[in-house]
Amino acid sequence: MTAETVVGVGRRAAAADFRTCPYTGLKVDAAAQTLIKANAVAAVVFLLIGGLMGLLVALTRWPAVHLLPADWFYLVLTGHGANVLLFWIIFFEIAVLYFASAVLLNCRLPAPKFAWLGFALMVVGAIITNVVVLQGESSVMFTSYPPMMAKPNFYLGLILFAVGALIGCAIFFATLAIAKQERTYEGSIPLVTFGALTAAIIAVFTIASGAIILIPTWLWSLGLIGEIDPLMYKVVWWAMGHSSQQINVSAHVSIWYMVGALLLGAKPLSEKVSRTAFFLYILFLQLASAHHLLAEPGLTASWKIVNTSYMMYLAVLGSMIHGLTVPGSIEAAQRKNGYDKGVFEWLRKAPWGNPAFAGMFLSLVMFGFIGGISGVVLGTEQLNVLMHNTIYVPGHFHGTVVTGTTLAFMAGTYLVLPLIFQREIVWPKLAKIQPYLFGIGAAGISLFMMGAGTLGVARRHWDITFSDAELSFAHSAGAFLMMGLNGVFAILAALGGAIYVLVVVGTVLFGKKITAGHKLTFPLHAGGGAAVSQYGSHATTKLPGTIVLVAIFFVCFVLYYFINWKYLSELWLFR
Amino acid sequence: MTNETETEQTPEHVPMMQQILDNPFLLLFLGVTIPTVLYILWGVMEVASIPLAD
Amino acid sequence: MAVTPPAQRIWWNEPIERVELTWVIIAFLWGLFMFGFMIAWHFIGGQNLSREAYRIAPSKYEAKVEEFAKKHTVREEKGVPVVKPPAGSDIYILGRLWQWWPILELEKGQSYRVHISSIDWQHGFSLQPTNINIQVHPGYEHVITLTPTEAGEFGIVCNEFCGIGHHTMTGKIYVTEPKRAESGQRLADGR
Ligand code: HEM
Ligand SMILES: [Cu+2]
Ligand SMILES: [Cu+2]
Repeated sequence: MTAETVVGVGRRAAAADFRTCPYTGLKVDAAAQTLIKANAVAAVVFLLIGGLMGLLVALTRWPAVHLLPADWFYLVLTGHGANVLLFWIIFFEIAVLYFASAVLLNCRLPAPKFAWLGFALMVVGAIITNVVVLQGESSVMFTSYPPMMAKPNFYLGLILFAVGALIGCAIFFATLAIAKQERTYEGSIPLVTFGALTAAIIAVFTIASGAIILIPTWLWSLGLIGEIDPLMYKVVWWAMGHSSQQINVSAHVSIWYMVGALLLGAKPLSEKVSRTAFFLYILFLQLASAHHLLAEPGLTASWKIVNTSYMMYLAVLGSMIHGLTVPGSIEAAQRKNGYDKGVFEWLRKAPWGNPAFAGMFLSLVMFGFIGGISGVVLGTEQLNVLMHNTIYVPGHFHGTVVTGTTLAFMAGTYLVLPLIFQREIVWPKLAKIQPYLFGIGAAGISLFMMGAGTLGVARRHWDITFSDAELSFAHSAGAFLMMGLNGVFAILAALGGAIYVLVVVGTVLFGKKITAGHKLTFPLHAGGGAAVSQYGSHATTKLPGTIVLVAIFFVCFVLYYFINWKYLSELWLFR
Repeated sequence: MTNETETEQTPEHVPMMQQILDNPFLLLFLGVTIPTVLYILWGVMEVASIPLAD
Repeated sequence: MAVTPPAQRIWWNEPIERVELTWVIIAFLWGLFMFGFMIAWHFIGGQNLSREAYRIAPSKYEAKVEEFAKKHTVREEKGVPVVKPPAGSDIYILGRLWQWWPILELEKGQSYRVHISSIDWQHGFSLQPTNINIQVHPGYEHVITLTPTEAGEFGIVCNEFCGIGHHTMTGKIYVTEPKRAESGQRLADGR
């Protein structure tokens, strides 16, 4: 099928410079390839900076270490949020968008010059914001809530970055349009591209909201506007801030499907169900921005409930569907690959030594169990009061955005390196342990921050002993223990992150160039290209392993949900 | 594979939901409008309607 | 597979597997339940954040709090007045760089209309170790009817970043045992 498609569009190829991937049979546009490389490299650079800052933050919050002085702590924390949450993730997402459109659709990337302009704006914006943060006087956290004000360039950098990202989205949509027009594929776009489309749609809303709020805020910091209403700011800012997390979810779910397909020959159990799940994301996922306003004055319960529940949890339904169909399609494929014994042979004999698979599967499990469950609980209107702004919140989102998104992107990188950079991965032994190290570390920081938050520890806080406070307050010993353990696991996570950066940089610079007939260290599914699509299918009905996994998940979810209602019911009464 | 032009020219055989899901720009429209109305506009109106203290 | 167009041109009519369908139904119903439970808690639960709020100039709010404190101060602690308002009355808390002001002394089982606002930046009202956390905005006066259900000494921490002294921003609430038996009775009734 892929081969046919390639032949079918041969006549348009003159416009661009294509090569055919020897492993997948996909046609790769040279311009798209270079842009994917550039965005991926930029992403990794900002992960390095931001990750280092994360380690410094965690070591400062480890009471026994208390590394940085207060002013540096708040400065570095601001930089950490911006570099990892915005720059690392969005650069990587732009790479994903170009890959899922141009490469998967065998299409050329239209207007690569524009794409480069977008890239340049993003780089310049990210540098400006970093510089101004490092200069001090802009330690306002990446959320920059007014009336606290940063230097104008703080906002300007973010605006430039967002405009650049918007150009990337526009290029993605244009690629979809010309691929259809030039018939570079047949029928509907692949599921992974559909997932990327979901991400791009949410990105457009995200960036538009960002513009609506950041441009006035920038003018305010320049003294051209008198006042920014703090509550209004928060409503609109979170339309950007939270929606951008939903871009991540859509993008990393796409990567889960992609890794399953390329490594195991997995095919969606049903296109209809998986696409409907993404469709629910498109419609409702962004409403969850209200999670950040549940403890605010003046908003009605109706607005809070409709929005925080993503319209009756329909977007959560989408995630729960992916939570079944991703492992389900892998189980189906593995059973066809010959691992059909018992309930879990398919999982035991999965390629755990391949960092792309290990990272992907850990991401799937931990995103669901840690990030997903805690997210729904935290986003429940009344339960939010138990944890709002405690360190439970960073605990939760390190479960989503670190064990989920970041780990999935790392897993995806182990495919991008051989397939797009065409380099063999250096130091495969290190690469093998990397996802485990990073995954365990990230899971640890998530869980221990959640634990400390349950005990009342505040987020973005330099001193939980309150030694300089007029009126003292003492946290329980448990809270101190949790923050210490958080520091220990932060070191593991940082080590895992450092190995990732090392392997990527080593591979890009020194990896053996892949030539025709080369056998990959971490091989793709034997079928490759056309043959693979024969594997796995909706005809495989028996998925006992997946059913067990999903059942465990559901029980944990329900129990944890009700435990929190029990905690809530023991609080003082308020209405 | 069946004749390509034929499948392309008989969209009436494609179920409605599939047509919607195959139309990226319609999806873009929905994905921007729904949160703009339900979240931003409604939310901004609520903030704007908070009364003044006496 | 997921990286190629669907094998069937018309994929919408493909049958759905039983496992998938069952899971979709379970997940959908669970979502409906959770949605309904938030609504239900407004009727059956004792912890729902009030919507009552007003726009107010920070200077005006500050004056209100000072007047309130002057009226009911019973003693001082480290230069901060300890204020003991009558049960059921309107009481005021002020967040500012970097303290929660004044210190309050409340009675267990009694309800108070607590007003909270800030006069400078955003702050996070975090009652510890109870763990009730509410965002505080300058320019908005939030009114919450609060009933302490346990006696003791409680800290208020700030959990919204509010500048370099953020980690020194604390406050205090004392809750005393009820003097009259009837208020204990009222507590048992959940009021
Ligand atoms: C080496 C890995 C990492 C470590 C050790 C780490 C640790 C931490 C810690 C301890 C906090 C501070 C919580 C607080 O005081 O409020 C924090 C905040 C945060 N982290 Fe990480 N993190 C890591 C990686 C990441 C990654 C990869 C992302 C995003 C993709 C991320 C996103 C954030 C964000 C958005 C915040 C909140 C900043 C704020 O409150 O303004 N972190 N991190
Ligand atoms: Cu404060
Ligand atoms: Cu503070």
